Amino acid sequence: MIQNPPNLGIDLDPVRHPDGCRPGIDCDTWRISGARVLDPASGLDQIADLYLAGGKIVGIGAEPAHFPSSAVNTISADGLWLIPGIIDGWARLREPGQEHKATIATETLAAVAGGITTLCMPPDTDPVLDTIAVARFIKRRAQLAGRARVVAIGAMTQGLKGELLAEMAELTEGGCVAITNAHYPLKDLRLLRRALEYAATFDIQVILQPLDPSLSKRGCAHEGVISTRLGLPGIPVSAETAPLAQLLAILPETGARIHINNVSSRAAVRLIEQAKEDGLPITASVSAHHLWLSEMDTDAFCGNAHVLPPLRSLRDRDALREGLANGVIDCVISDHQPHEPDAKLAPFPETEPGISGLETLLPLMLKLVDDGVLTLERALEALTRCPADLFGLTDSGRIEIGARADIALIDPDAFWTLDDSTLHSAGRDTPFFGWDFRHEIQATWVNGKQVFRRGSAP
Amino acid sequence: MAVNFVRPIIPKLAKDPWAIQFDSQGHLKHLLTIEGLGPTWITRILDTAEGFMSVTDREIKKVPLLRGRTVVNLFFESSTRTRTTFELAAKRLSADVLNINLSTSATTKGESLLDTLRNIEAMQADMFVVRHDQSGAAHFIARHVAPHVSVLNAGDGWHAHPTQALLDAFTIRRIKGDFAPLRIAIVGDVRHSRVARSQIHAFNSLNVGELRVIGPRTLIPNDIEPLGVRVFHDMRTGLKDVDVIIMLRLQRERMESGLLPTEQEFYRLYGLTEEKLGWAKPDAIVMHPGPANRGVEIESRVADGPQSVILEQVSNGIGVRMAVMALCMSASTE
Repeated sequence: MIQNPPNLGIDLDPVRHPDGCRPGIDCDTWRISGARVLDPASGLDQIADLYLAGGKIVGIGAEPAHFPSSAVNTISADGLWLIPGIIDGWARLREPGQEHKATIATETLAAVAGGITTLCMPPDTDPVLDTIAVARFIKRRAQLAGRARVVAIGAMTQGLKGELLAEMAELTEGGCVAITNAHYPLKDLRLLRRALEYAATFDIQVILQPLDPSLSKRGCAHEGVISTRLGLPGIPVSAETAPLAQLLAILPETGARIHINNVSSRAAVRLIEQAKEDGLPITASVSAHHLWLSEMDTDAFCGNAHVLPPLRSLRDRDALREGLANGVIDCVISDHQPHEPDAKLAPFPETEPGISGLETLLPLMLKLVDDGVLTLERALEALTRCPADLFGLTDSGRIEIGARADIALIDPDAFWTLDDSTLHSAGRDTPFFGWDFRHEIQATWVNGKQVFRRGSAP
Repeated sequence: MAVNFVRPIIPKLAKDPWAIQFDSQGHLKHLLTIEGLGPTWITRILDTAEGFMSVTDREIKKVPLLRGRTVVNLFFESSTRTRTTFELAAKRLSADVLNINLSTSATTKGESLLDTLRNIEAMQADMFVVRHDQSGAAHFIARHVAPHVSVLNAGDGWHAHPTQALLDAFTIRRIKGDFAPLRIAIVGDVRHSRVARSQIHAFNSLNVGELRVIGPRTLIPNDIEPLGVRVFHDMRTGLKDVDVIIMLRLQRERMESGLLPTEQEFYRLYGLTEEKLGWAKPDAIVMHPGPANRGVEIESRVADGPQSVILEQVSNGIGVRMAVMALCMSASTE
């Protein structure tokens, strides 16, 4: 049984009989009628009824044969949008090891409240996710919570110490969708090369976060005008680009495919663009907050804007937006890092980096669409099809007959303001308090079951 | 382009990041940084300090302005000069003074900064004078103290040391008068200097003619020019026609982190010797926020020479700190 962590104000009992499910009817049999169905993977954009059964999408538009018409849960969704559930490629759930910050139960609820149906969890847990046992534990906890699916990203080196390779093959056989060393450094370039070669042997997706430990040492903000004025130790752009350039030099000799996580600078976007032009097997992601915030937001020592990699200049932010629009950057992640309040109650350099980002991921992306930065198709693709392809989740991130019934229903004209009462995550560390959004997630289905419905008790 | 874009409202923060220094009536409540004070407030502080300087010269060096008030010197980083002058300033205003020295290591033993703060607040303090080794610490404390408490920043990390900049401005004004025709050069480790940052804001607010920083690239941040300074890497050109030379203290650990090869090389290139002093205007004054490393950034003969005003800076510091305390406390009583 899940223990309720104290003082979270959220009922964490696993959902066995999800809300909206009529008695005597299978909870995974649904007709959702009248919504605008949007799916970048299939190019779908039309008003259609959607039919779910047995955890799969069984009909789009026409009612499938043998569908138990009289015994289904129905929902009328006129005026709403139906999209594939979001796959968040990088979200920390803090369990195991840091349950005082958040748990898988609290964060999977926050995820489905944000339209996210699959969470990819990096391995910097305690114990480190470098054995299959930890991966199984996480999967089990997510199943017990009964909300979003959680998939693990395994450690590249034992204990993430950057010295000895982890058992990558076993980790991926056990369900890890990729391997990474997060932002922890590797001992030397030789180990990086060996790790890439070994991963390539088994065609394992490698995720890398370029951050040079010596250039970023003690740094807590982008090295630029604002950090100079505030006297904050800076992290220069070269802390990202220098290791990235080394990596790109090594990559062709290894046969590996790599994904650059959480790109933060214009110069890095250019390096990735060049590498893609050269035909290297490389993809990239950016966090939603890097698309909206800049070093300006760290002004007045706002601890909630302390993130790693740091928020950089407006010029960098605009280059990230452009790179996402033209496909140099493939995916958008939440880079979710829930913290207890104390983690941010300190002078800026002593605050822990990170933003609680699950529930603003989709709203921030759709705000970019409203502002004309992205097309609706590109915004949704970066959250659904692209991460699905990256992690080999081929039955997810799309609305097709036979695909997993992971979907989200959005009210495109809700107009709401982010405040303490609208947030579900245990982490209240967001710089977006007080922001106005237009799009609101109304309901979310995972594996055919309705796991979230706005307005009903969680 | 933005349709319904709203700037983030961070709880407890107004739109102007420095507005926290003023109370709802627009009076100075906390002194955290020079930014946001503008020429009006800086001049008001300097004028008030001028009045307090006569108190310092009297036989009975006390006025009863802060009688019955408690001032707590909360020092998370060691300091002798700054703490003593704050203590003297408070005592000359008849306040009760409590000195608390907490090395940062003591607070990392489990008690958070906020806990420390709450404990001292419970002792009915009216004013905190804070020094801390992290940039932004004074802002953090001002944001979280009880509403009646004033916070004075006595130095936070590399960020700000506003009373030092004010006493420097006071010293320059007493000797040179108007700032508009002056050329001022700040020499040495600007990168790690809270003093330099506050001086840059103060002198620019007072409409200084030209402000220069001089040092090797490792000690001058890339993005310093937008703050309103001209960068020089050579003393001979940098000191030409300068009226005020401010030497910064060079910390020993700068050598270890690879910013400089040796003290000797720094002294040869940037140390203020009598010879280099000759490159400035003949009536140039020499300042140093102290404590000076003789033979590293300044030659003894210069530090003790006729152009040096280092000791005047120290005595002016008491009057300026009295002025800041009196002004901030008058805000919180109204």
